Amino acid sequence: MTDFLQLLLSGVATGAIYAMAALGFTLLWQAAGTINFAQGEFVMLPAFAMLIGMSFGLPLWASFIVAVVLSILVLGAAFKKWIVDPMRGTGVVAVVVATLGLSIGLKSFVKAAYSAEPHPFPSIFSDEVFKLAGVTISYSDVGALVFAGLMVLGLQTFLNKTITGRAMQAVAQNTFSAEALGINVKRMIFYTFAINAILVAVTALLITPTYLAKFDMGDNIGLKAFFAAIIGGFNNSRGALLGGVLVGVLENLAGAYLSPAYKDGVALVLFLAVILVKPDGLLGTPQERKV
Amino acid sequence: MKTTKLLSTQHMVTLAVALAALAFAPAMLKTYGLYLLSLWLVYVIAAMGLNLTVGYAGLKSLCHAGFMGVGAYTVAIMMKAGFSFWLASPTAIVICFILGLLIGFPALRVQLHYLGFATLGFNLLLVLFFRNEEWLTGGTFGIQNIKRPEFMGIALESNTNFYYLVLAITIIFAVLLALLLRSPWGRAFAALRDNAIRAESTGVNITAYTLMSFAIGAAYAGVAGALFAPLVNFIEPAPFGISNSLLFLMMVVIGGSGRFYGPVLGAAIALLLPEYLRFLKDWYLAVFGFAAVAMMIWLPGGLLSMKEAWQLSRAKREAKQKELEQAGGAA
Repeated sequence: MTDFLQLLLSGVATGAIYAMAALGFTLLWQAAGTINFAQGEFVMLPAFAMLIGMSFGLPLWASFIVAVVLSILVLGAAFKKWIVDPMRGTGVVAVVVATLGLSIGLKSFVKAAYSAEPHPFPSIFSDEVFKLAGVTISYSDVGALVFAGLMVLGLQTFLNKTITGRAMQAVAQNTFSAEALGINVKRMIFYTFAINAILVAVTALLITPTYLAKFDMGDNIGLKAFFAAIIGGFNNSRGALLGGVLVGVLENLAGAYLSPAYKDGVALVLFLAVILVKPDGLLGTPQERKV
Repeated sequence: MKTTKLLSTQHMVTLAVALAALAFAPAMLKTYGLYLLSLWLVYVIAAMGLNLTVGYAGLKSLCHAGFMGVGAYTVAIMMKAGFSFWLASPTAIVICFILGLLIGFPALRVQLHYLGFATLGFNLLLVLFFRNEEWLTGGTFGIQNIKRPEFMGIALESNTNFYYLVLAITIIFAVLLALLLRSPWGRAFAALRDNAIRAESTGVNITAYTLMSFAIGAAYAGVAGALFAPLVNFIEPAPFGISNSLLFLMMVVIGGSGRFYGPVLGAAIALLLPEYLRFLKDWYLAVFGFAAVAMMIWLPGGLLSMKEAWQLSRAKREAKQKELEQAGGAA
């Protein structure tokens, strides 16, 4: 039982981190119709930015701030302006191939220009553990859970309660009527890209201590975020949280109780089951097909 | 009427020159060059199948490398069990075809991008299977020493002979695809891609055609896999992973999806070009990735759409020029 609780907790903590990357993924889809196959690399780049910052002697928090700013400029503004905007109206497949190209390009660039080796990355939480009712709990799990949970809930509140957040949702739902209502659509879409840029930087901060900073670390994170987003519901931002936690918990439990070899298969089976039974995700709403 | 002629003269001449070059290639290439050329043809077969599914029928399939793996493993396992290649490869093709039908069923439920996601998931599942079911697939060690077949008493063990086998099979399946696309089926696939609901209302049985485009695409991947195993002599899970499925999609789209020669060009760019740019090492993939991004921005129809894109932009420019002149005349 205590084993189970431990696995559950660390699963929820990992899941909350997946949820952040997944949330960014769904936000981009809703606001700009962009399926970002480079989301994993978007997590990898801030990790390396922080690593480079620290190699110049900056403390972790300062390099994190630098990474967030760079992330907003490069993965937010530049990505939107130079890749997403010019591709408006070219269709989903072209955008998918472009972000696939971006994913390969970024990975190989980091490998060629920086290093192919994995680099250790400091955790912002202490790696000590404490016991609560017989269950061993690590500070880093609790820290990651609280940090990621606050990020996701804070973002939910922002989207639902503030005028800017509601305007962003309006743009996601119907760009034309949002524009007719006087919402600055371009700015709202930019905000979405900026939020995604912040989310990936925070994801990098929390997940790199366990994954290590490596040029291909994004493969796994991107895939998990992708599963989480679809399981939860691609057009629902709350779904990403549910999907992320489900993926995190299930892969942890399956790794321990079923078979470590098929650990990655469990999220997959859940994912396939959801797609077959409820293609719009657990919390998603069906999309109408246009003639 | 243009359509009464099977191929234009220019097309025929180009094709004849290309085929002659391929036929004489072994005389000019060393062992490794010939191996690469054979591998390229194998990829062309697989990419042609994906082009049918993605480019002509408009269904997003992201488990093509997985299907190719099923073909390769089927042939390897059957040949190790003592069956002939000429029995093993049709079996591989049939298994891939049936798997394609089974994967096609979700395609009926989930259209658009969800289908891409589901097929991607299926590919991951296949890789897990290849890696973990050691009793059947050899696990991460794979299957070694896969023999090359004989054909009517001629040993195809030598690289040159096996190259001619691959070339012959590529040509056969290219012709079959061309015939399929010229048939009413080809039109039905295009109707499916352009507007599935409209196609249905004009009497196209979209269920049947969706399943068929998937299954035929998968069968082509099976052909490629069946040739891949004896060509490389050794198979393991890695070449059949999702990164190669994504690469297949890139081949089709970069070459020109929905264009017959798109996959031929796309496979060359993804496979042959890196070999000539080896001195760039890791930078090659970086350049390849960023070039793909740039191409999707400026030429989303693929390399083979260059001529039309150029004509379109010239027509636009001329129209603008005319407009300006008229406006100038009015003022």
